[in-house]
Amino acid sequence: MESRKRRNTFRRDYQLWIMIFPAIIVILLFNYIPMYGIQLAFRDYDFSQGLTGGEWRGFAYFQQFIDSYLFTDLMRNTFLISLATIVLGFPAPILLALILNQIRRKRMKQLMQTTVYLPHFISIIVLVGMLNVLLSSETGVVGHFMKALGLGHINLLASTSTFIPVYVLSDIWQHCGWNSIIYLAALSTVDPQLYDAAKIDGASRWQTIRYVDIPALIPTIIILFILSMGNILGTGFEKIFLMQNPLNLPVSEVIATYVYKIGIISNQFSLASAIGLFNTLINFVFLYAMNTISKRMSETSLF
Amino acid sequence: MLGKGETVVEHEYTRKRVNGKELMFRITLAFLCAFIFLLVAYPLYFIVIASFSDSTLVSTGKVMFIPKNISFFGYQEIFKDMRIWTGYRNTLFYTVFGTLINMLFTLPAAYVLSRKEFRARRIIMLIFVITMFFNGGLIPTYLLMKGLGLTNTIWVFILPFSVNVFYLIIARTFFENSLPQELHEAAVMDGCSHFTFFFKVALPLSKALVSVIGLYYLVGHWNDFFTALIYIRDTKLQPLQIVLRDILLSNQVFSSGAGTGGDAGGYAQRYADQIKYGVIIVSTLPILLIYPFMQKYFEKGVMIGSIKG
Repeated sequence: MESRKRRNTFRRDYQLWIMIFPAIIVILLFNYIPMYGIQLAFRDYDFSQGLTGGEWRGFAYFQQFIDSYLFTDLMRNTFLISLATIVLGFPAPILLALILNQIRRKRMKQLMQTTVYLPHFISIIVLVGMLNVLLSSETGVVGHFMKALGLGHINLLASTSTFIPVYVLSDIWQHCGWNSIIYLAALSTVDPQLYDAAKIDGASRWQTIRYVDIPALIPTIIILFILSMGNILGTGFEKIFLMQNPLNLPVSEVIATYVYKIGIISNQFSLASAIGLFNTLINFVFLYAMNTISKRMSETSLF
Repeated sequence: MLGKGETVVEHEYTRKRVNGKELMFRITLAFLCAFIFLLVAYPLYFIVIASFSDSTLVSTGKVMFIPKNISFFGYQEIFKDMRIWTGYRNTLFYTVFGTLINMLFTLPAAYVLSRKEFRARRIIMLIFVITMFFNGGLIPTYLLMKGLGLTNTIWVFILPFSVNVFYLIIARTFFENSLPQELHEAAVMDGCSHFTFFFKVALPLSKALVSVIGLYYLVGHWNDFFTALIYIRDTKLQPLQIVLRDILLSNQVFSSGAGTGGDAGGYAQRYADQIKYGVIIVSTLPILLIYPFMQKYFEKGVMIGSIKG
């Protein structure tokens, strides 16, 4: 009886199965098989035995990474870059959304939005290329501005002290506008009666921002903050990789770029997998911890 | 009489005081907006004017706000450079073909997962969502691609990760909210199958969604550099982004050499820079051209996504 019913729903839904079939195959093949391959972090890589056929080594590769002389540098660099990105990059779109939300003239607002969203669509290569030509101390426009302001010659791209500021500020430049959309969406759902009530109470626009707009954003802020904490060691690979040069390498080598170099370039697959997994686990611990804290304190949480 | 005059003055004074506060706010707001606008727009504007101004004037800081001694030397060099056009052709192919496959795999699946009567939808959804939080990492994925023989083929741009789970959820939410149950029931009464309902009813009703998802995928393919960096060695298959890296960044060594070197180095560097400005424009132009028309859809996409997010 039960099995016939099941067969009937399958016959009824066979077209649905056909429609979802490619997606299932693609997800299983390209997402789940690599997950199964994570065990490479605990095994030797044996070319003849395939992805999971090598000898079991336990935590040997993790130990090798933790003992290596690069370990502290990599952890520090990754952590500092992420932290700077969160500390400076997280509040920026919130402020921008609050500012944009205050613009009353519709066309003005539209112009501002069009402008600030635009950099999001520039490719990372082009962005880093722009940094290279604009920040050049000899020929770049920023170099000329700095000379005019008497700040002298600093090669912003090849110095250990300016790498993180340049990285973070250009990241804000590129994505702040785009990231503000979600906050603008949250602000657009504020009940207009609240604004009217605030006006009747004689609230100035500063006070309206403080007591109406910001509280309306809190749930969105918390969720996005938890998510960004879950990425504390998740610095993007591409931009850092492209911004690296021998002079800034002491501060710009992060876990992701190191995994690429020892894995893809020098073929130490097991060690690279172990480092990658180590990174993922730390991210997950942070995500989980932040989620728990937020659940206790504000009853807003991801899971 | 005097008293009357006084009240008028007082009245105006209070009104002005309220306005004063409001005026302060407006001035601050206008100032902030102008500052943000310049901060975002100026670098873009500068690259445009630098790409067709005389390179000597640009490199010595004489060109700041208006183009001077217009010269199209950079663009002439770019049009002669075959690498760029091969890259353009490859990227165009990967983008068009890849986006088609993306849409063909994502939209029907999203439709299926939006159907309440589809019994496996919860478990399949779970399988999909897990991939947003966990992945195998770079190395196992790389070895898989190698094992499948996808490295150094055009397929590596098209097949892997052709279903983006985040966009799938956006599409599913959209279908759930915009296709009323009664509509489907009425269609079934008329003998409409899922295939016909999807193509004849669901898709035509979801033009905004299709544009949003299509554009997200399209921009993703156009700007994708990672795939080629990891999986492609064959120069004939290199997309535009890799060619851009060669032109914009791999000349880094040369660039710092020129900075410290003599006049000859500086001379070559000036021309190299003008080509770079031009290349930035030429490679970003297609995205910039569709951008203004699609901006409202982009925003809509984020909004649709944020409902569930």
